[in-house]
Amino acid sequence: MTNNDAFVSLVDVSKHFGSVVAVDHLSFTIDSGEFFSLLGPSGCGKTTVLRMLGGFESPTTGEIYIDGTPMSEVPPHHRPTNMVFQNYAIFPHLNVRANIAYGLRYDKIEKAEVARRVEEALEMVKLPGFGKRRSNELSGGQRQRVALARALIKRPKVLLLDEPLGALDKKLREEMQLELRALQESVGITFIFVTHDQEEALTLSTRIAVMARGKALQVASPKDLYNRPVSVEVADFIGQMNFVEAQVIDVRNGEAVLDTAGLGKITTAANSDFIHKDAAIIVAIRPEKLLLSADRQSENQAAVQGTLKTSAYLGDRNHFYVSVEGAERPLAVAATEAEVSGEKPFDHESTVWLSWADNALILLPRD
Amino acid sequence: MNEVSYIDRPNRPLFFYAILYLAFLYIPVLFLPLFSFNDNIYIAFPLKGFTTQWYVAMFNDQPMWAALNNSLRVACVSSAIATLLGLFGAKAVTRYRIPGVKPIIFVIMLPMVVPLIIMGVALLILVTRLGFNLSLYTIAMAHVLISVPFAMATLMSRFEGFDPSMEEASSDLGAGPWSTFWRVTLPMVAPGIVASFLLCFTISFDEFIMAFFLGGTDPTLPIFIWGQLRFPFRLPGVLALGSLILIISFVLVFFALWLRRWGVEDTKSGI
Amino acid sequence: MTETTIEVSTPALRSRSWRGRLHALYLRSDALKGFTLLSPTLLVMGLTMCIPFGIMVVMSFWTQIGFEFDTAFSLVNYAEAVEKPVYRALLLRSLTISAICTVATVLVSYPMAYYVAFHVRRHKMAWIILMTVPFFSSYLLRIFAWKVILGYNGVINSGLKGLGLIEQPLAFLLYSPTAVVITLAHAWAAFAILPIYISLEKIDRSLIEAATDLGDGPVKRFLGITLPLSMPGVIAASLMIFIPTVGDYVTPTLVGGPDGLMIANLIQAQFGLVNNWPMGAALALDMMLVVAVISLLYIWLTRKVTENIA
Repeated sequence: MTNNDAFVSLVDVSKHFGSVVAVDHLSFTIDSGEFFSLLGPSGCGKTTVLRMLGGFESPTTGEIYIDGTPMSEVPPHHRPTNMVFQNYAIFPHLNVRANIAYGLRYDKIEKAEVARRVEEALEMVKLPGFGKRRSNELSGGQRQRVALARALIKRPKVLLLDEPLGALDKKLREEMQLELRALQESVGITFIFVTHDQEEALTLSTRIAVMARGKALQVASPKDLYNRPVSVEVADFIGQMNFVEAQVIDVRNGEAVLDTAGLGKITTAANSDFIHKDAAIIVAIRPEKLLLSADRQSENQAAVQGTLKTSAYLGDRNHFYVSVEGAERPLAVAATEAEVSGEKPFDHESTVWLSWADNALILLPRD
Repeated sequence: MNEVSYIDRPNRPLFFYAILYLAFLYIPVLFLPLFSFNDNIYIAFPLKGFTTQWYVAMFNDQPMWAALNNSLRVACVSSAIATLLGLFGAKAVTRYRIPGVKPIIFVIMLPMVVPLIIMGVALLILVTRLGFNLSLYTIAMAHVLISVPFAMATLMSRFEGFDPSMEEASSDLGAGPWSTFWRVTLPMVAPGIVASFLLCFTISFDEFIMAFFLGGTDPTLPIFIWGQLRFPFRLPGVLALGSLILIISFVLVFFALWLRRWGVEDTKSGI
Repeated sequence: MTETTIEVSTPALRSRSWRGRLHALYLRSDALKGFTLLSPTLLVMGLTMCIPFGIMVVMSFWTQIGFEFDTAFSLVNYAEAVEKPVYRALLLRSLTISAICTVATVLVSYPMAYYVAFHVRRHKMAWIILMTVPFFSSYLLRIFAWKVILGYNGVINSGLKGLGLIEQPLAFLLYSPTAVVITLAHAWAAFAILPIYISLEKIDRSLIEAATDLGDGPVKRFLGITLPLSMPGVIAASLMIFIPTVGDYVTPTLVGGPDGLMIANLIQAQFGLVNNWPMGAALALDMMLVVAVISLLYIWLTRKVTENIA
């Protein structure tokens, strides 16, 4: 079943390379105008999905639809997609102008119009006047922009980007991330972006598909992924997370009483299927949602006592690692400068209190 | 410990050995031009005097020109075909996932290790069983057979050196298979194509055994030379011819090797 | 916003005609596209190599009667090839000559390759070109050059005579197995040196430096690291010389004389004057089989020896 409004949809797509299953029964949809990211570690199948969208691989089973049309009999040169390759694939035997204009020949456009559009494209990627240069005279960042211009000038319905920022250094990468986001918003084309960098995905995307072992673990907006991950694997992959084992003692009226290994006995809202009496689950909480204080703040708020083991000063924030009874590993606490400014500096091995708001807890199944 | 590592230390004995080796390699070959200018119908020391008469005689030798013409035609045709086949084969093998590709490559490369006489014999049998006459065409066919492995090896290394995403990018931008081949693949493999052609040309031009087995009434140059070797008074002329062939082959090989290096910088520049 | 169902079925099934289905299958299969591209090459190779070879095998089981072939299956040719002394002797001589030539060439080329790989800093390309270019001159004329050198009135003899070192020309130089060995070695040296050079060049220098660090002397380094690692190149070079030279026809004819005849001359005769094609085919296959067995034995043996030195 597919939603007619969806712009790109994958329906039960699998890809086998011999006996290796690269993509395993993948189904999701992408709406028009989205900046959609495929996120996951190497080997999770994200690049394979992108290549199938572009037409460079054919699904072993399943179907891909773009703008309502099935793509299985459509070769790459007839698809309404264009791709920015990981290593840019700038033709070395043509100059920048010829590279960018390369695809326009097949759209049957007049010479004068071609020249105009190429100049426009160069302006758009902030490379005016680079027309005569050759690929070996360009830096990595410049080649990347040429690749972008070359793809965008075709005005595709979908732009596919295969880890385009991977080869750039950190500062340049951050700069390009903002530029890409701005570009996408101004041009309005659907971007499908592959990356293994979760920070990058969170910065750029409207929605993200977290992939592992050929499957989509969760498809959601960055906010939902961060605050409401559906599994330990997803929670661990995005940002930093504390995990504490817990046992459900009782479930009553939408609330569960949990016996945790580290946060004590807690009562919290619980609506999911996997939460029933005697179930073994995981309680997760983000480091920045844990509040660190020398004394217990209030009797009403949930809190637990622990020993400060190590701390790290990161300029804009501090990371503290607190060991609590019952937990195997110390819990990570992130605090901004403002949050600790009132307190006296914490000594190592001193006793501290950790507290949190009830809605900061995330309950996850233990697999 | 020595300051200069063992590897960097100039090695006197080996250097002399190398010079001796090169001497052993070149001196016999250099006798050809030497005696081709010698004013003596017998190839022996002492040298009698400088003359260009043998070169003149050779220039006026009509059958020689005919044989040369035949060799050139056979070499051009067989090199072109072998290079084309090598091109398709190299692209297929490096760009597509073909099951059983290793045994296939092995079979294609076999002519490099099978003695020429065996292949000559086998082809002779086939051709005569099919009822065809022996001619320059049969020689060309034989030469295609032995040249294809070399063409394929040259072009395979060229294809492996250039990024497959170039062709994918071209296709992505709207170019159909032919267009991609013409606008991207060909320009980028061009030096390999030329090198392959030159290599196959040299192989065919110089090849004797299969031409001997499969030739008809029109001789190629090696067969012509073979025929001349029976007549002592023809020998100096043969040497003159041989010397010229030597020089031309050297020039062609230098050119081919220089071409291979010239093209290399263009590849994989996207990274 | 209503949701509608879109039928999920593979395009192959949706297509009515078998042509459509075939086309869809083609688009989905990477292997098929590759095969199509490869097919002209495979076709030509099959036609010019595999089929003739097959016919040759079949023909070797026939017999020749006058100008006709008796196509009844018969092992007579093979029996003769194995039993008749002249065939055995010539095959043995060919194998011996090729073996000696191979060993000599490899031994002579190895130090040269070693020198260029390890002791040449600048202009490596120039050395490589110098080493291999002679191979691209005319094969016939290179053999002929040796005829000139070794002949009765040839360079060596007339030179030695002129210097007063000998009275009579040395007759054994030309028209002997020795002449064949020397000529073949010279002719193939330029070709065979390449694999040896390449495998030496590939050796990771840091391995040798590590061994030096650990106290190994030059001989130990060579035997322990360089030689074993260069063995693939040596094996390749050996086979590249041995296999073609066993079947060489030109060299024995020009410089071999009656004592230097090799099996290829006999095979050629079967297709020429003797006019016994099935016999020729049988002899050719016999030679090929023997060469193949020896080559495989050689590869196996050198692998064993290499494992034991290293």
